[in-house]
Amino acid sequence: MANRIWVYVEQYKGKIRKVSLELLSKGRQLARANDCELEAVVLGPETAELTATAAAYGAERVLFITDERDFANYTIREYTTLLAQLLQTDKPEALLLGDTARGRDLAARTSQRLGVGLAADCIAIETDPDSFLKFKRPIYGGRLFAWLESANRPLMATARPNSFLLAEPDFTRTASVRKEKVNLAIEAPREVVKFVSKRASKRPELTEADIIVAGGRGMGNADNLHVLEDLADTLGGVAIGASRAVVDSGWRDMEYQVGQTGKTVSPALYIACGISGSIQHLAGMNSSKVIVAINRDPNATILDVADYALVGDLFDIVPKLTAEFQKLFKADN
Amino acid sequence: MDIIVCLKQTFDTETVIWLNEKGEINDKDVKLIINPYDEFALEEALRVKEKLGGEVTVVSLGGVRTQEALRAALALGADKAMLINCENLTELDEMMAAKILARAINALPFDMIFTGRMAIDSGGAQMAMRLAEEFDLPAVSGITKIELEGRTAVVQHETDEGLETVEVLLPAVFSAQKGLNEPRYPVMAGILKAKKKPLDIIAAEELAAGLPLQSGMKVRGYVAPESRLPGRVLNGSAAEMTAELVRLLREEAKVV
Repeated sequence: MANRIWVYVEQYKGKIRKVSLELLSKGRQLARANDCELEAVVLGPETAELTATAAAYGAERVLFITDERDFANYTIREYTTLLAQLLQTDKPEALLLGDTARGRDLAARTSQRLGVGLAADCIAIETDPDSFLKFKRPIYGGRLFAWLESANRPLMATARPNSFLLAEPDFTRTASVRKEKVNLAIEAPREVVKFVSKRASKRPELTEADIIVAGGRGMGNADNLHVLEDLADTLGGVAIGASRAVVDSGWRDMEYQVGQTGKTVSPALYIACGISGSIQHLAGMNSSKVIVAINRDPNATILDVADYALVGDLFDIVPKLTAEFQKLFKADN
Repeated sequence: MDIIVCLKQTFDTETVIWLNEKGEINDKDVKLIINPYDEFALEEALRVKEKLGGEVTVVSLGGVRTQEALRAALALGADKAMLINCENLTELDEMMAAKILARAINALPFDMIFTGRMAIDSGGAQMAMRLAEEFDLPAVSGITKIELEGRTAVVQHETDEGLETVEVLLPAVFSAQKGLNEPRYPVMAGILKAKKKPLDIIAAEELAAGLPLQSGMKVRGYVAPESRLPGRVLNGSAAEMTAELVRLLREEAKVV
């Protein structure tokens, strides 16, 4: 069998997550440059839709790993066993996963079980003549990057969402299907998920969002955040983020926090409203493609990293910006 | 309830990071702190101990200066500390660090291991899962709440889907997320007591005997982030600025 690169396909609500599609897109490039095959790996039963989507983004084969039991009750330890057993017998050159909550846990456990390294939260992966692939990842909250390599196989990495270009899907491509069964030892469960309180917000998850409207201390109070909601709604229900000041003041929950102690985001557009730009906040968002900063303080640090800086009262500017976008989108229709 | 807290000493969050002439990260005259997430881990361990009894042992892999962080943890109320001095072992990746930590922890009785959700320097966010794997234990990352009911811990943590409540049979490993608690401050009595508490130092190379230290990820080099090109300051009234911004986002940046 030719050398293979594996991309772990993570599903959410029956659909492949965007970061997995980004990795298939990148995996296809890497496979072609190295004369490898790209295999999409699914932990779970086969579906035609998964195969078609994985093929459209570049997978040549889709590997479905199952066992006799009900997948709904699996914990990360059982997923690790499934994945690690197949990795040991199949010996792909590399395994790439999305750096999601579950992806990071699964990658860490699997790498430990196999005794190989893991390049976590990568923002670039390149072909390398010495080590096959090399991995670039942020350290010190993005204030420095490290290039990593390893002589071990498989090379393992998780990729930060929104860091790899999503390819144009080609639904004329097809992929072969391979099914493998792994026998798991049955043991009494030691961890049971009792309850999941689903995210109330319909907005996209921050790390995978294309556009983020974020507010800081300059919002003044919790009620004032509605001006951001209006702007985010006008932009098509995009994500809302917050600085630490907003979260610490109790105006928004922890899940909204962008920064070194919150989420690291890389959207195409980040609109920072009333955020001064602490070093910790910048660490969480300075890999955004385009940054707009609105701040009344002409000396605010955020204005230095902004592509477009607007100095003035956000309560004057943001509603006018919302109105301008409404005008633009109306003209589009 | 005996608890191990894995604690890492990191650069202060305000530290300016730069590379010296050898291409290494400058660590001279850098202010060192306890990794902020590990403070939540330690605080939770201390609260459990105060409620249910038992011992809290802090374990750290680091250089000799890490004794300061461990002494600070003892001052806050930890009972014992262990420094695994790894100054002679460079380039330990997360996998190998976890193996060495696990060998040290293996000699200690424990019901729970707490770590911080991530170290703010390496940003790995893997240690809880790796230690759990070494001991074949359940683990939950980034917990924001924990309640103990006998030998069961009921924990909450945020996943990509929402806030999940998990029942976990002890022994188990948990990593602490911001929001779990409000860490306490040291008091003078604690600082004085800490001086008499045991702080053992073990050489990492002793614990690492027989391990394939060359495996895992290696750093080939560091690069500074590309600085963002200076942006444009828009002028005029709010109406003029916003009209211009929307035009630029559409025509120049092409993001809307």
